[in-house]
Amino acid sequence: MNELLLYSALSLGGVAAGFAVVLYIISRRFRVDEDPRIAEVTELLPGINCGACGHPGCTGLAEALVEAADSGDISHLTCPPGGAETMRTVGEYFGLEVGSTHKTIAVLRCGGSFANAPAKTEYQGPTSCTAAHTLYVGETGCPNSCLRLNDCEIACPFDAIVMSSTTGLPEVLPDLCTSCGACVKVCPRNLFEIRPRGKGKAERRVWINCRNTQPGAVARKNCAVACIGCGKCVRVCNDIVQAISMENNLAYIDPDKCISCGKCVPVCPTNAISATFPPPKPKEPKKAAAETQA
Amino acid sequence: MGVVKTFPMGGVHPPENKLTADSAIQVLDPPSEVAILLGQHIGAPAEPLVQKGDTVKVGTLIGEGKAFISANVHSSVSGTVKRIDQALDAAGFRKPAVIISVEGDEWEEHIDRSSTLVTEITTPPEDIVRRIKTAGIVGMGGAAFPTNVKYMVPEGKHIDTLLINGVECEPFLTADHRLMLEHPQEILVGIEILRRALQVDRAVVGIELNKPDAIEEMTRHAEQFSNIEVYGLKVQYPQGAEKQLIKAILDREVPGGKLPLDVGCVVNNIGTALAAYHQIQKNRPLIDRVVTVTGTSLPNRGNFLVRIGTPFSHTIEAAGGMPQDVAKVIAGGPMMGKAVPDLSVTVTKGTSGILLLDKKAAQRHETVACIRCSKCVTVCPIGLEPYLLEKLARVEYWEQADEHDVLDCIECGSCSYICPSNRPLLDYIKVGKVKVHEMRRASAS
Repeated sequence: MNELLLYSALSLGGVAAGFAVVLYIISRRFRVDEDPRIAEVTELLPGINCGACGHPGCTGLAEALVEAADSGDISHLTCPPGGAETMRTVGEYFGLEVGSTHKTIAVLRCGGSFANAPAKTEYQGPTSCTAAHTLYVGETGCPNSCLRLNDCEIACPFDAIVMSSTTGLPEVLPDLCTSCGACVKVCPRNLFEIRPRGKGKAERRVWINCRNTQPGAVARKNCAVACIGCGKCVRVCNDIVQAISMENNLAYIDPDKCISCGKCVPVCPTNAISATFPPPKPKEPKKAAAETQA
Repeated sequence: MGVVKTFPMGGVHPPENKLTADSAIQVLDPPSEVAILLGQHIGAPAEPLVQKGDTVKVGTLIGEGKAFISANVHSSVSGTVKRIDQALDAAGFRKPAVIISVEGDEWEEHIDRSSTLVTEITTPPEDIVRRIKTAGIVGMGGAAFPTNVKYMVPEGKHIDTLLINGVECEPFLTADHRLMLEHPQEILVGIEILRRALQVDRAVVGIELNKPDAIEEMTRHAEQFSNIEVYGLKVQYPQGAEKQLIKAILDREVPGGKLPLDVGCVVNNIGTALAAYHQIQKNRPLIDRVVTVTGTSLPNRGNFLVRIGTPFSHTIEAAGGMPQDVAKVIAGGPMMGKAVPDLSVTVTKGTSGILLLDKKAAQRHETVACIRCSKCVTVCPIGLEPYLLEKLARVEYWEQADEHDVLDCIECGSCSYICPSNRPLLDYIKVGKVKVHEMRRASAS
C-alpha cells in the first residue's frame, strides 16, 4: 500500500518536474517584453474600444502613443471620444505636447423628414438603406436624402442613433455618440459627417443640413428644407470668418473656421442650416420694419 | 420547324398574361416634348452634339458615344432643342438628357420612309458593323448593350453561330411577338445582315412554343434564306436570358464570368435585327421601338411604336388613360422590370414594356422565416444557392458571397418568385453584387 502511494507520488512529481523545466525553458526562450507604459496609457484612455482614432481599440492607440512618444512627438494622435481632456492627461504622462483636439460628434446632414420631404412613392422591400439605394432614388425623390430605413441605427455600436418616429430621420444622442464613424461608413448616401462638438458646454455648432447637389428648383420639388445654393449664407459669413463655401449648388461650413455665431442660420431662405442653439435674430428686417413704422 | 428544346437547369412558369398578343402594333404620335437620355445603354453616356436652340429633325445625331462601350443617340422627333439638362431615368435618378420641344414631323432626307422590302444586301461586312455603331443600335431585349461591341470579335476567338432571341419569356410582353407576325421578312433580312456582319454560316432563331403563329410565320419566310433556321422552344422562364438560350439551342455552356463569344456565338434580339435592317437598308437610325403597354385594368392596352424619349404618361394616355386602381408602374416585364417612381420617366431603347399593376398584384407579401425547402436552388437557372447568398449579403460577408459566385446571378428573379416564405432573395443578391463589385474594384486599385 505504501509502495503504491510512493510510486504514484514519484511518477506524478517526476512528470510535473519535467513539464516545469520545459515551461521554464520556453518562457525564457520566447519571452516578450511588453512596455509597461502601454498598460498604463491604456488606463488613461476611455476604454470603449470604438476605433474612431483609426487604431484597433484603446490598446492599439496606447501602443501607437508609446511608439510616437519614443520618437518625441505625439501631436498627430488623438482620441475623438475622449477629446482634449483625455489627451491632456496623456500629454502630462509623457511630458509631451499634444495636438489641438476637440471632441467630435456624428452629424446627420439631411432634413428630409416626413413633413419636409413627403414620400412620393411607397418602398416595399428589405428594411435596408443599402438595398433601397441600389434599387431606386427613394421615397422622397431626392437622390441625396435619407432613405429613412435604419442601417445607421443598427450599425451604431453605442446605441447612440435612434430612428425618430415623428420625423423618420435618425437622431444622434450626444451623450452616447463617441464619433467612432460606424454610421459614416454604413450610410449609402454618405449623410453623416464627424464634426467638432462645438463651443462651450452648450456645444454650439452649425451645419448645412443637406447634401443635395441638384439645382435649387429641382431640389426644392422634393424637399422643403433643401439647400438651393443661393449663396446668402456665404455672403453673410464672408464678412466674418469665410467659413462657408459653395460647390455644386451646395453650401458647406468648414468646422475649423466656423465660430458658431449662427448668423448664417436666419438668412437661409429654406431653413437648410441647422444649429444646436437658438440663432440670433436678424437685425436688418427689424430696422426695415422700424423704418416703415416711422 | 426544328426540335423542341429548352435549357436543362432551373426555371419557372409564371402565368403568361400575354393580354396584348392579338393587338396589332399602333403608331403613337410624338408628344409635345421629349426628353432623350444620353445614357440609354450599358456603358458611358453619349456626349451631346447639339445646343439649346438648335433645330433638329427626326434622325439627327444629337449625342455621340465616344467611349469603347457607348452608343450614339439620335433625335426621335423634329423640333427645337429646349435645353441640355437632366431627366429622370427608370430608377428616379436624374441623368443627362436632351429635351426637345416637338414641331411637326420632319425627317432627315437620307432616311427611306417607304415600307417597300429591300432584300438585296450590298453593304460589305465591315461597313455593316460600322453603320450599326453609327445608328446607335443597342440590344433591344432590355439590357441595351451596344450591339456593335458584340461584333468586335477579339482575335483568336472563332464564332460559328448567330442566335436570334425571339423567346420573349417575360409575362405580359408581346412586342417581339407582334414584330415577328407583322414584319417577318424585314426581321429575316435583318438577321441575314447580322449573319454577314459576323461572317458565320448559321443563324438560328429561337421562339417559345406559346407563339405558334410567330413560329409558323417566321418558318415560312425563312425558307427563302438557306442559312437561317427557326427553332421552337419549350416554354420556360428565363429562356430569353442569353446564357440559357445558348444552352437551349446549341447545348453549350457559357462559364461564369465569360461571354457568349467564348463559346462561339453571338446573341441578338428580334428587335435588334429589325433595327439593323432599318439602318442598313433604309438608312434609318434607332429612333423608336415597339413597347407593350399593358395591365389588367388598362382599357386600350396594346403594342405601340413609340418614339424614344416619350414620357410614360403619354403612352398610358394613348392606351386609355391611367385606371383608378393602379398602384405600380413597371418599366419592362414583371419579373425583371423596374418600378418607376414617376410617370415623367421616358421610353428608352431598352424599354420593352410598360406594365400597370393594381394594388393587389403590386403588394409584396409578408416575409417569414426560410423553411429550407430549397426551391430557390431548384429553380435557379445558373445553379446558385439564392438562400445562402441572401444570408451572406445580410451579414455582409462579401468575400464569401464572391466565393459562392454571386456575380454570376442574371437577376431573373426566379428565386424570389418561387419562395414560399416570400423572402427578398433577389433584393439582397443585388446588394451583394454591387458590394462585391466595389470590393473587387477596391482590391484592384
